[in-house]
Amino acid sequence: MDTSVSAYNENTHVESDQALPITISGLTKRYGSLYALNSVDLEIRSGEFLTLLGPSGSGKTTLLMAIAGFNRPDSGSIRFGDSEMILMPPHQRNVGMVFQSYALFPHMSVAQNIAFPLKLRGVKAAERLSRVNEALETVQLSGLGDRTIDQLSGGQRQRVALARAFVFRPRILLMDEPLSALDKKLRERMQIELKQLHRQLGVTTVYVTHDQREALTMSDRIAVINDGLLMQVDTPEIIYNQPVNAFVADFIGESAMLPLTHTTNGILEFGGQEIVQTPVSGTDRTWSMVIRPERLEIADKQAVPNESLIVFDGVVRESVFQGESAFVLLELSDGTELSLRAGGGTDSRAQRLQPGEQIKISMQRHDVIVIPAGQE
Amino acid sequence: MMVAKSENAVATSSAHTSGASAPGDRSGHELHAKELKQQQRREQWSLLSLALPGALIVFFVIVIPVSWLFFLSFLGSDGEPTLQHYRKMIEYKSYARTFSTTFQVSLFTTLICIAIGYPLAYFLAQLPARWAGIFMLAVLLPFWTSLLVRTYAWLVLLQRKGILNDFAMQIGLWDSPVKLVHNMTGTLIGMAHIMLPFLVLPLYSAMRKIERDLMHAASNLGASPARAFWHIYMPLSISGMVAGSLIVFILCLGFYVTPAVLGGGKVIMVSTQITAILENQFNWGAASALGVVLLIATLLLLFVAARVFKFDAALFGKG
Repeated sequence: MDTSVSAYNENTHVESDQALPITISGLTKRYGSLYALNSVDLEIRSGEFLTLLGPSGSGKTTLLMAIAGFNRPDSGSIRFGDSEMILMPPHQRNVGMVFQSYALFPHMSVAQNIAFPLKLRGVKAAERLSRVNEALETVQLSGLGDRTIDQLSGGQRQRVALARAFVFRPRILLMDEPLSALDKKLRERMQIELKQLHRQLGVTTVYVTHDQREALTMSDRIAVINDGLLMQVDTPEIIYNQPVNAFVADFIGESAMLPLTHTTNGILEFGGQEIVQTPVSGTDRTWSMVIRPERLEIADKQAVPNESLIVFDGVVRESVFQGESAFVLLELSDGTELSLRAGGGTDSRAQRLQPGEQIKISMQRHDVIVIPAGQE
Repeated sequence: MMVAKSENAVATSSAHTSGASAPGDRSGHELHAKELKQQQRREQWSLLSLALPGALIVFFVIVIPVSWLFFLSFLGSDGEPTLQHYRKMIEYKSYARTFSTTFQVSLFTTLICIAIGYPLAYFLAQLPARWAGIFMLAVLLPFWTSLLVRTYAWLVLLQRKGILNDFAMQIGLWDSPVKLVHNMTGTLIGMAHIMLPFLVLPLYSAMRKIERDLMHAASNLGASPARAFWHIYMPLSISGMVAGSLIVFILCLGFYVTPAVLGGGKVIMVSTQITAILENQFNWGAASALGVVLLIATLLLLFVAARVFKFDAALFGKG
């Protein structure tokens, strides 16, 4: 029950000789005519926390299961370090895995569950005991080793599953939406704990989720995947601030998409307002502008566009108080809907807006994100 | 005036407080407490009444006749109370042989059913639910055919000049007809065939409940398929196996038709002997005594098995 996430001892951080890079190339898996994985190439660095992020049916779980060895791809290569794994049966891959359902053995106690991989590896009873206790301590479940699985809460089961996955010191750890069954508060706490545990173990971690917020919170890098294709692989900051296409922009964070038009002098504009220089590559294609609600501000009535500011006119459709912030739904003069998020302080201007009110909104020119229009 | 008014207010509020804090006073005044309690009781009774027809049938068709048999087993042919039926069972070796045959047939049938049924149930449990349903039909099909018909069908298949012997000799498996029926072999073949569904059904349902992730987890943690089976699948399916085996074993103990037809008079089970006693001697006392001993032996066995396998949870769905 202690809340100290700092209970993990960060001094025991192990450098990446405990971890292995994963190199995936040309990985393809078809179900009928549908591509679950379409020639995926992905380099997962030694010791990093990489999240596979995508909607359900995107192929993210298929990819994780292929790494674990639970499904058989049609073609491609999966290497751990220098060793080819594609033909290796799962029990010889030596990767830890936390299942969405936890998959704890119901006929074994907590300690027996955690000891199972050690027993299979022929670890002697005395050492087994000390390593099980050590693992229990790491996940803050000391003293619960004798419990049966059905005596545990959801959060505790999650921790047991975690302990069982790392107790045999695998150099790769896989997690399949491990927090999806927990309530919001516990989930957010476990996100931080998992991240700290990852730092402590130093093991290459591949994490699957459909929750973009979770991905942003935990990852060193995020691989956004859709329809079996990798859309973008990068750090959370870049994924959020520089999405490469409409799918990524739409899937990560809240966003609105404004269609831009070309002017004769190589500039993209919206509603007669010059927005940005047309990217060199794209004079012959259409572009959209991604607008994040929190990057918009309510401007003064007299505000005009200038070198650093873009200004829109809009009509308030709805203004909603959401606790830590206020959310305003707007309609621009051309009918486009935009949303704006402002701080929830009691003096927030956003909270006093009435539906139908005419306002000006602004955003910084350097926050402009331009992407090719339409889905890839 | 003012003072009086405020005093009044204080008095009212204090009365309120004391009223709320004294639980003894409250119970009678709680809104609809009595009616709600009555409603709950009515629901419990109506639920109980659903079990009434079943309970009545059990009472009149099982409890009373069995008690009557129990009573009869202590009566001699002259109508006097006696222990002679039980004494005979100890004195004559044939009785002991009958019981030993009965338990042997039951045990072997159960073992054969496990040997055939376990892999079969495992196969069914691995199939997608739709296909499992279709294959399950094949397992259940014999249920819809008369027991007697199936038993005589085995007779046709297994006899000296039957299909099986013909076929085996044609492909050179053996040279002269093998005696497959009118003996223990035939009895066991027929019994196992009839009993198989009783083992497969509970076993299949136990296996279906084993999450696929558990086997994945075992293999992920380093268990070869054999070890994953031994450490995870086997322990988790054992409850279904024990339940199925007990059903088969107990049904076998009282089985009559199949051993009578396929045993050809050489496999004397308790039920066969009971019939013989009734038909030849019309001795209700002796027949009842046999029935009582079989019943008690079965109950004893169940009790011991429950202790050993802790299967009460498996049988009665506890936990």
